[in-house]
Amino acid sequence: MTQPAVLALVDHHDGVVRAPAFELLTLARSLGPVEAVWLGSGLADALDLLAEHGVSTVHQVDLEADVTVATSARALAEIMVESGATTVLLSSTFENKEVAALTAHETGAGLSVDAAGLERSGEGRLVVHQQAFAATWTLQVEITTPRAVVAVKPNAVPAEAEPTGQAPQVVVHALVSPPAARTRVVERTVRPSSGRPELGEAQVVVAGGRGTEGDFSAVEELAEVLGGAVGATRVATDEGWIGHETQIGQTGVTISPRLYVGAGVSGAVHHRGGMQSSGTIVAVNADPEAPIFEIADFGVVGDLFSVLPQAAAELRRLKAEQA
Amino acid sequence: MKIVVCVKHVPDLQGDRGFTPEGRVDRSQGDGTLNELDENAVEAAVTLAETHGGEVTVLTMGPQDAEDAVRRGLQMGAEHAVHVVDDALAGSDAFATATVLAAAVRRIAADGPVDLVVTGMAALDGLMSVVPTLLAAELDLPQATLAAELTLTGADARTVRVRRDLDHVVEVLEADLPALVSVTDQANQPRYPNFKAIMAARKKVVSTWSLADLGVDPTAVGQTAARTTVVEASPRPAREDRVLITDEGDAGLRLAAYLVENRLV
Ligand SMILES: Cc1cc2nc3c(=O)[nH]c(=O)nc-3n(C[C@H](O)[C@H](O)[C@H](O)COP(=O)(O)OP(=O)(O)OC[C@H]3O[C@@H](n4cnc5c(N)ncnc54)[C@H](O)[C@@H]3O)c2cc1C
Ligand SMILES: Nc1ncnc2c1ncn2[C@@H]1O[C@H](COP(=O)(O)O)[C@@H](O)[C@H]1O
Repeated sequence: MTQPAVLALVDHHDGVVRAPAFELLTLARSLGPVEAVWLGSGLADALDLLAEHGVSTVHQVDLEADVTVATSARALAEIMVESGATTVLLSSTFENKEVAALTAHETGAGLSVDAAGLERSGEGRLVVHQQAFAATWTLQVEITTPRAVVAVKPNAVPAEAEPTGQAPQVVVHALVSPPAARTRVVERTVRPSSGRPELGEAQVVVAGGRGTEGDFSAVEELAEVLGGAVGATRVATDEGWIGHETQIGQTGVTISPRLYVGAGVSGAVHHRGGMQSSGTIVAVNADPEAPIFEIADFGVVGDLFSVLPQAAAELRRLKAEQA
Repeated sequence: MKIVVCVKHVPDLQGDRGFTPEGRVDRSQGDGTLNELDENAVEAAVTLAETHGGEVTVLTMGPQDAEDAVRRGLQMGAEHAVHVVDDALAGSDAFATATVLAAAVRRIAADGPVDLVVTGMAALDGLMSVVPTLLAAELDLPQATLAAELTLTGADARTVRVRRDLDHVVEVLEADLPALVSVTDQANQPRYPNFKAIMAARKKVVSTWSLADLGVDPTAVGQTAARTTVVEASPRPAREDRVLITDEGDAGLRLAAYLVENRLV
């Protein structure tokens, strides 16, 4: 029996594909034949890259830049119905979770967001791996409807290339019934890139909290050496020491990097909710009683201003030795 | 102006949270509270009503003890409270929740139109962040979610204006009322009810509505209608081989060695 197609929404930033899209394509391939969905313009430049990642068909809908979640959802729903695909995968961001919910709402699909993994059961149903309560619980959730929409967390699987050897076929769609545009975007400021990996997508994150007292230089230096992103606690962003977009936690970004380093971070439950599923957790804190040590794989009781620079210098030395 | 705020009763974050063998959130610990993030929603609604005139109704759907959540909303300054409670609701998913909340909002609107629906950004039990958008779809309202700042503008304050910080973009959105907004913890500092407010809230009535009161088909909600089932729920095993060292001048070197050894660089 041929499996119905799995649609994967490829997130892009003005034509530059965002890293989690490749993870999504890798995951999608394990579930059935993959067809990509591209909303907006800039597809031409990305076709080669998509072909390298196993895509032979791309559904494109040329939407305006300020596309709302309602429009994206309508586009996905229309493509899902038209193509006969039963599964839609998206990367789990705040916006995409809404897109996923609305797509499921329109198509009667079962919905799961923040999935940490995905497989098919013996009966061909989708089983989603999820984490709950600040990643202290693991759930296996079965989607019982024939259609499924799943938003997958970044870093759920490592991205693997699978070249098709030929350019993907592009199927251009026009929205049959665009939703009423009742919410107006009156201002839109794209944040300049930091030059480092995006926090939500990074393999390594170094986070600073109140213990930095506003001086993030040691945190940034270690992030630089490790090629990671810089994160922060709400205290640090509330104080204005660093941008709000760096906040990790239940009301900030949820991360699951291979390595998380928390420096001067106490490990409050709100913060843990956003990072506890990280692969390896390292904590540097002056207080041996800090709750973060309860979940740290490697804990250092010490002053971040001496421990972090020493670690960074040593890693640089080792790197230079290897080169 | 008439504002409805949706609030949820959730297990206390600081408590021992878990699941029952059926895969439902364990509510037997009895340490439920108003979802912290919904305090921001109530605060936003009450402030708007204070500034522009109007009344706030807090609305919850949930088991018996969920009444505590709307009681807290009354203490914070809401005038009316509605608690939708029905045995058939157990195991409802986000779609059913949105269906029921929408039916309740429509009933609240029966004696005068609802201008604004306010929700929290996420319920801290599931962190789905999808009920607001589903509720907007059910009610056919324009949505402006994840407000870090929320104001009413225009000549007669009939336009809601929202600033939101997404991961790579900062946006200002506007929608004409009636509309739905969700607010983040950045939007305000929830007030702490004083003794007087607590006493005043005691006199306020909580209306309890069943599915029959709302004309919602019981088979359209609850576990039977849910599009997902939890097949397994287990506590995550504790992390093994954990190391805790105290800096004696070489902790940075030891940290570097640990990262290299574990192939993390
Ligand atoms: C509704 C709500 C939502 C929230 N959402 C979030 C969220 O999403 N993310 C989030 O992070 N927080 C969130 N919070 C806040 C959270 O509860 C904590 O207040 C916050 O995480 C604490 O930040 P911190 O660890 O930087 O500060 P503190 O808790 O003050 O910890 C600072 C730590 O630094 C250590 N320290 C001090 N100096 C040094 C030094 N020189 N070297 C090493 N260590 C040092 C101290 O021992 C201490 O443990 C939320 C709160 C609420 C109410
Ligand atoms: N059972 C419920 N009763 C009332 N409001 C709810 C309920 N569930 C969710 N909400 C609202 O929807 C928001 C987001 O919830 P969720 O989508 O579950 O993360 C919450 O902050 C509440 O404002």
